[in-house]
Amino acid sequence: MEKTKKISGTKLYRRYLSIHVRSVMQYKASFWMTTVGQFLTSLNMLLGVYFMFRRFGSVKGYTFSEVLLCSSIMLMEYSLGECIARGFDTFPAMVRKGGFDRVMTRPRSAVLQVLGSNIELTRVGRMAMAVVMFVYGISHSGVHWNVGRVVTVIFMLIGGTALFCGIFLIYAALCFYTLDGLEFMNILTDGAREYGKYPVNLYGKRMLQFCTFAVPYALVQYYPLTYLTGRSDNLFTMFLPLLATVFLIPCYLLWRVGLRHYQSSGS
Amino acid sequence: MTTAEIKKRGAYQKYASFFRLRFVMGLQYRAAALAGVVTQFMWGFMEIKVFLAFEQSNPAAFPMTFGQLAAYEWLQQAFLAFFMAWMMEPEIFDCITDGNVSYELCRPVDLYNMWFARSMALRLSRGLLRCFPILIVAALLPEPYRLMPPCNPAAAVWFVITMLLGLAVTVALCMIIYMLTFFTVSSLGLRLVFSCAVEFLQGAVIPLPFFPPTLQRIMERLPFASMQNVPLLIYSGSISGAAIWRAAGLQIFWLAALILIGKTIGRYAMKKTTVQGG
Repeated sequence: MEKTKKISGTKLYRRYLSIHVRSVMQYKASFWMTTVGQFLTSLNMLLGVYFMFRRFGSVKGYTFSEVLLCSSIMLMEYSLGECIARGFDTFPAMVRKGGFDRVMTRPRSAVLQVLGSNIELTRVGRMAMAVVMFVYGISHSGVHWNVGRVVTVIFMLIGGTALFCGIFLIYAALCFYTLDGLEFMNILTDGAREYGKYPVNLYGKRMLQFCTFAVPYALVQYYPLTYLTGRSDNLFTMFLPLLATVFLIPCYLLWRVGLRHYQSSGS
Repeated sequence: MTTAEIKKRGAYQKYASFFRLRFVMGLQYRAAALAGVVTQFMWGFMEIKVFLAFEQSNPAAFPMTFGQLAAYEWLQQAFLAFFMAWMMEPEIFDCITDGNVSYELCRPVDLYNMWFARSMALRLSRGLLRCFPILIVAALLPEPYRLMPPCNPAAAVWFVITMLLGLAVTVALCMIIYMLTFFTVSSLGLRLVFSCAVEFLQGAVIPLPFFPPTLQRIMERLPFASMQNVPLLIYSGSISGAAIWRAAGLQIFWLAALILIGKTIGRYAMKKTTVQGG
């Protein structure tokens, strides 16, 4: 008998991706509507920041374009994270409907399958808004660009995306115990996107400590930003975003523990 | 009792029972409410921190006292369910798009009034369930985060009156969207644009006094300012004296206008709607 060949993980993921692209294209109108909606929600955020700066001029020494740079990078990180890890975000529904039992019976990694179950392509709307803001921020903030700073932005995107994926992973892992989504986790995801528009040190010293050691938002936002805007020459801050990817390890361990604890919802 | 009187009482009781039904239903979701309270509390806290940072950078540009801003933010979070336009009822959209609305039309009640009553009840129950924990904790916080008491007894009374009016305006606005849904296959786009615009124009992103004066004057006259803007500013004394009467009058005007528009669209929709079999 012919032995079926096992395809590699990345190839499997690519196949999942192509399925999602094709399925989205079946409902083009709905796809564009949701995308426009995503765009508009971020527009509200931008307008809010704009009118605040119009009145106050600056905040804690940051100019409007510097804040735009900060919020647009955060928004990109969040959009990428949500696009990739949307499967974890919708995981409670999967557990409740018993879809996860099917995942368990397949001889592939559960994480890969959950990731592949939902790839949210409508997030390009938010991404588009972020790119517009980013371009404006770059052209007006007077950042002196060099190789180091470009690399820093790339590191920020990698670290931030990993961080948000990690938070979604925790969200899904907790669901093994509660069988339901936990609304307070929104503070760490939606809250971070919403309030990450301003550099973390704006919220005071204690918030900065929390965002450095507990959930490392500051590593992908505040510290590299000080390097980008020339507030600090410390090259070390450039690599801090990569350190944020370490956050994925405890998240994954929590997932593993949860997985062992999993009992089917029975439906 | 004459038959006319019985009929009249019957009509009132019908909508009252729809109201009661939804109100009790809304009160059932206590666990969800508790989770919501924690989230909303954090939200309010972060929002106040942002304004605090701006105030410290440029105190002269702050258009109200900081206590007034804190009160605005806490009340907005506490009564979120009253004023957020995006909290529409998915069941109503579903029944319009899948045709189940025909069952509703068979009932001897007016569709507009019925949906108006149930939307009011649902928002009221959700809001009342969630507001007290937020209000109590916020009132006990240290300065500058503390929620101050209403600036005077008259303002407290006006706050309650204008808040109920604001709630009714919110529902009347949502009713227009429900009625417009009869004319579209998918209401998703309409809802998205509507809820984003309302959120911004009603002062949920930043309060109206923070906008430039000319823009603020225009926004104050739009129906969206008659939602949360009026009661929240009256509470803290940002709107006082004769301005209260003007604001409340504008609320009543917009409420009447929006109901009229909603009912007209509704009547037109009923004439046009054909229910497919199946």
